[in-house]
Amino acid sequence: MIELQNVCRTFTVGDQQVTALRDIDLSFGAGEYISIMGPSGSGKSTMLNMLGLLDRPSSGTYLLDGGNVTDLNDEQLARVRREKIGFVFQSFHLVPRLTAAQNVELPMILAGVPPEERKERVQVLMQSYGLADRADHKPDQLSGGQRQRVAIARATVMNPSVLLADEPTGNLDQATGWEVLKLLEGLLAQGITLVLVTHDAEIGARAHRRIHMLDGRILSDEQQAK
Amino acid sequence: MRLSDTLQFASGSLRGSPTRTLLMMLAMAIGVAAVVVLTALGEGARRYVVDQFASLGTNLVIVLPGRTETSGVGPGLMSGQTPREITLDDAQALLRSRAIKRFAPLTVGSASLSRGALNREVVVLGSTSELLAVRHMQMAVGRFLPEGDIHDTASVCVLGNQMKRELFGNEQAVGQWVRLGDRRFRIIGVMASQGESMGMRTDELVIIPVAASHQLFNNSGLFRILIEARNRDSIEQVTRDAEAIMVERHSGERDVTVITQDAVLQTFDRILGALTMAVGGIAAISLAVAGVLIMNVMLIAVAQRVKEIGLLKALGAPGKQIRHLFFAEAALLSAIGSVAGLALGFAGSFIIGQIYPSLPVSPPWWAVIAATATALGTGILFSVWPARRAAKLDPVAALAGK
Repeated sequence: MIELQNVCRTFTVGDQQVTALRDIDLSFGAGEYISIMGPSGSGKSTMLNMLGLLDRPSSGTYLLDGGNVTDLNDEQLARVRREKIGFVFQSFHLVPRLTAAQNVELPMILAGVPPEERKERVQVLMQSYGLADRADHKPDQLSGGQRQRVAIARATVMNPSVLLADEPTGNLDQATGWEVLKLLEGLLAQGITLVLVTHDAEIGARAHRRIHMLDGRILSDEQQAK
Repeated sequence: MRLSDTLQFASGSLRGSPTRTLLMMLAMAIGVAAVVVLTALGEGARRYVVDQFASLGTNLVIVLPGRTETSGVGPGLMSGQTPREITLDDAQALLRSRAIKRFAPLTVGSASLSRGALNREVVVLGSTSELLAVRHMQMAVGRFLPEGDIHDTASVCVLGNQMKRELFGNEQAVGQWVRLGDRRFRIIGVMASQGESMGMRTDELVIIPVAASHQLFNNSGLFRILIEARNRDSIEQVTRDAEAIMVERHSGERDVTVITQDAVLQTFDRILGALTMAVGGIAAISLAVAGVLIMNVMLIAVAQRVKEIGLLKALGAPGKQIRHLFFAEAALLSAIGSVAGLALGFAGSFIIGQIYPSLPVSPPWWAVIAATATALGTGILFSVWPARRAAKLDPVAALAGK
């Protein structure tokens, strides 16, 4: 479903070339639970941005659902992101002036979904994430765990095939972190591919497939026998 | 993304920073209001002048004795001659022209008017019955000068409204006798109050038949002949005819001046019209300044909302959509700003109209449209750069707040 072939990413910092990803060959199937681990600077965030089409490879090919997405223009990329990819960030990235419900609604607004359908889907989702009574609260009136749940609702409201989570528990206390993690893992049952970037070994260990990165290379790629 | 959602999202982000939004709208509103008020003033002045001319009479051509040269001293003055006067017969000869509808000869003099012990100096106009129609004057009571022979020296007079009040108070004036100089005149009518018209206070006049005024002042010339052309198009014909008839009667000498009210009016109209445009233009500069302000604040807004823009991109908004969101913000801002400005401008014009009731202050429609269009145009134009900047942000860097 996702296939990276020979993907490299280099940045120019000043007059120096910095390589963030070197010759990455990787493929995920639908419904996989993958964790990407490694120290900071190992290229795991660049990898996530690459997978989320926020960044383009300097060389190599990216195939998503069999289609080459390397050469798409801005508008086509935005469309793929909208329809196939969901993001969950460490710092939640909720729009502060919008209510919880409006934040969840945002991707559907961008996609041009009719208002009645939006309301309905938001309501269903808020209900199932236990946020029904928080729908009209602004992000600053919510706890960290609630904020992250709103963010997950937002990431899944368009029914994406891939969910990319960048340290989703990084800003939460341990108990809340586990709750959020359980919520994310629950999505696997719906056939979503979950990619989790973390440097917490304990969390990373829960994934079925664990990828360790160092200096822009894949150090190890172990599959856990279920 | 739907248009209604775009507008809603944009208005949401405007409400998100109310002080900034309010200040930008204020700048826009002041610009629009300035254009509206200033052009309303200019237009008011123009209409005031036009109305004043119109109250003199319509399609007027005026014949006056003497040749007015545009420069230098006229030949008559050089040789010490006074110009030949225009006589009543000269005036009557004008009727040979078919383009002339009616005319009124005019003499002006001053005499003392008395009734019993009451006595005052007045301006006496000598004319004919036609003056009433030519000058668009109204009677209060009685009738105007009698029609008939222009040489008729009947001792009748018509009083201006204020004259009547001073001499008779609330008494009946028509039918009474007054003394004007050394002659007695019977009052046959009183003019309605006309107010001031081009500097001549018709309320303080006494009007007598032109031939009687010649006797009273012991002269034979006319001060002016007021001619009313049949219609607007025949004004030129009247001018040519009047000149030709006068030249013929004055043995080939061009010693009268014929001016048209239209020519004077058009000159005033042009000057004041140009002035209105200029003042409106200067006010429009403040709109451009408001535009620059919008650009400035928009650029700050882009910098402040970098994370939000990054998020929108991650959620699947292409650059075009981000651009549209910023355009929508600018358009909303300018639209609401100009509506507020229009309200402010119309209110201002209304207040000025209350302070100077004689000035017909009302903003011209072209200025209202131009001001609104300029406000919307500058608002959107000056948001192009900030919007493009937002659209071009790299999503990864933007999400990191860089």
